[in-house]
Amino acid sequence: MKVMVAVKRVVDYAVKVRIKADKSGVETSNTKMSMNPFCEIAVEEALRIKEAGRASEVVVVSMGGEQCVETIRTGLAMGADRGLHVITQDSSSLFPLAVAKLLQALVSSEQPRLLLLGKQAIDDDCNQTGQMVAGLLGWPQATFASKVSISDDKESVCVEREVDGGIETIQLQLPAVVTADLRLNTPRYATLPNIMKAKKKSIQRVTPEELNVVIGSDLEVLEVTEPPKRKAGVMVASVDELLDKLKNEARVF
Amino acid sequence: MASSWKWKWRPLSKLARNFASSALVVAEHGGGSVKNGSISAVAAAAAVLGDSSPVTLLLAGSGGSELDAAIQHASSAHPAVSQVLVARSPLLGQPLAEPWAELLVQAQKKGNYSHIFAASSSFGKDVLPRAAALLGVSPITDVTRTIDQHTYIRPIYAGNAMATVRFKGSGPCIVSIRATSFPAVPGLALTGVGHPSIVDFDASSLSSEAIGKSKWIGLASQQTERPELGAAKIVISGGRGLKSAENFELLEKLADKLGAAVGASRAAVDAGFVPNDMQIGQTGKIVAPELYIAVGISGAIQHLAGIKDSKVIVAINKDRDAPIFQVADYGLAMDLFEALPELVAKVPSKRL
Repeated sequence: MKVMVAVKRVVDYAVKVRIKADKSGVETSNTKMSMNPFCEIAVEEALRIKEAGRASEVVVVSMGGEQCVETIRTGLAMGADRGLHVITQDSSSLFPLAVAKLLQALVSSEQPRLLLLGKQAIDDDCNQTGQMVAGLLGWPQATFASKVSISDDKESVCVEREVDGGIETIQLQLPAVVTADLRLNTPRYATLPNIMKAKKKSIQRVTPEELNVVIGSDLEVLEVTEPPKRKAGVMVASVDELLDKLKNEARVF
Repeated sequence: MASSWKWKWRPLSKLARNFASSALVVAEHGGGSVKNGSISAVAAAAAVLGDSSPVTLLLAGSGGSELDAAIQHASSAHPAVSQVLVARSPLLGQPLAEPWAELLVQAQKKGNYSHIFAASSSFGKDVLPRAAALLGVSPITDVTRTIDQHTYIRPIYAGNAMATVRFKGSGPCIVSIRATSFPAVPGLALTGVGHPSIVDFDASSLSSEAIGKSKWIGLASQQTERPELGAAKIVISGGRGLKSAENFELLEKLADKLGAAVGASRAAVDAGFVPNDMQIGQTGKIVAPELYIAVGISGAIQHLAGIKDSKVIVAINKDRDAPIFQVADYGLAMDLFEALPELVAKVPSKRL
């Protein structure tokens, strides 16, 4: 069975982002970029499924400009078999619906039985793409997965999901879409031998036109601004002082 | 006899808006009442569309007394609700995305709403984008402010930036809202204001390629009498500094005295001290209580994302350099194992 994993290149999670002066977005030039942490978890899960003998091939796919290739190579270095790069002029116009349509086209041609994604990208925090592509494909979905178990006959997958009320367990018939949450696994580091091997693995390039997908968007980002600032706080020296402030200054008691 | 007409002149824009706008609010219910987050979604819809646009609350389930009670509650949950639409089907007994998304598609085809709203709960996050894709539109999710009918503000980069997004498509404007940004004022429903009609929605023909391919097995949740994190006035949260699951009992004692909810940082959940549904942060729960007390939490960007809208933030951490102190209104650099027992002893009891 083939597993496909969609990954995204984002500003590294540890970076303190700066907003551009013209409010058009966040500063990304000269900023450390990495594979989205949730996508890394998705790749790791695909690799574990393959290592458990449930999958024969793991394909990593990403969309955007040339720099996507680095992110795909990271996936290959972790252990994926080959890559797919949907090359687009401008990553900023790739809203989730466009990505979902591209993924739908790739899935039709690659025919994986399982499509894995991270539950959300830490840049736009949308948490939409997996759900959208599942809808377009007519596949069942399991989002925010904290545990994934493919059945022995590879016909279904049992997923534990982190929801507001606790952990929900659902079972899906394959093919299906699963999005990874934080505690699904701890991704491996790419070892040096694997990084070297990755250089020889193939990354196929394809354009949206070749996939018969028109990239448009019904959304427009008008501006990106600073969040409301909290005023600076104070340090207190004791529990007594804290309680006094909370009662008499903040008036929360 | 000539009939006499009384015309009330209305500004054309308002008339056009009345024609054009109508909202469907996809509600969640539990234990016989509509969930607070869904009432917040109604408040957001009403704020954006104005008083004279109809707001339909969609309630669904497999049927039974809990659903009936929720319908009763829905009828007086918010004055803006003009219709309660009820769908009953064995397919809707559990929060599975496939049948629920299809329900939304059918409800939209029938009602032709200009807007569809829902709370950005784990259910809303799961279902709304799937429904949006089926309807051919991009949703705008986790909105914290509404500007106009098609323009909304949402947090990005863990709330370190805010994006103003406009929907310019044709098709319904689909929006999920962050409940903490749209407080549902309890008791707002006044008697005599708006008796919504209760209408049955025929869900007997719910079918799609995906329905039937997912099966709900179960939900493991902790039973607690404490207030829900999203709605609690006071939240006390513990991090890795608590060092063990047992030590969380110290926090619980404080929470019990204050009538507070208990939350945790990702580190504490990862370490197995507490279950996942207590996690507060960028990918956990968002809270905005009157008072948030962070104990033994360093204050990673991802955690701060979940607490920024709290009215007052208190931090207790023995590390003076912990980033949490940059965001706290009051910071106490003290060993939490000394501070907590003292706090428990001295804090005023809020237990009713």
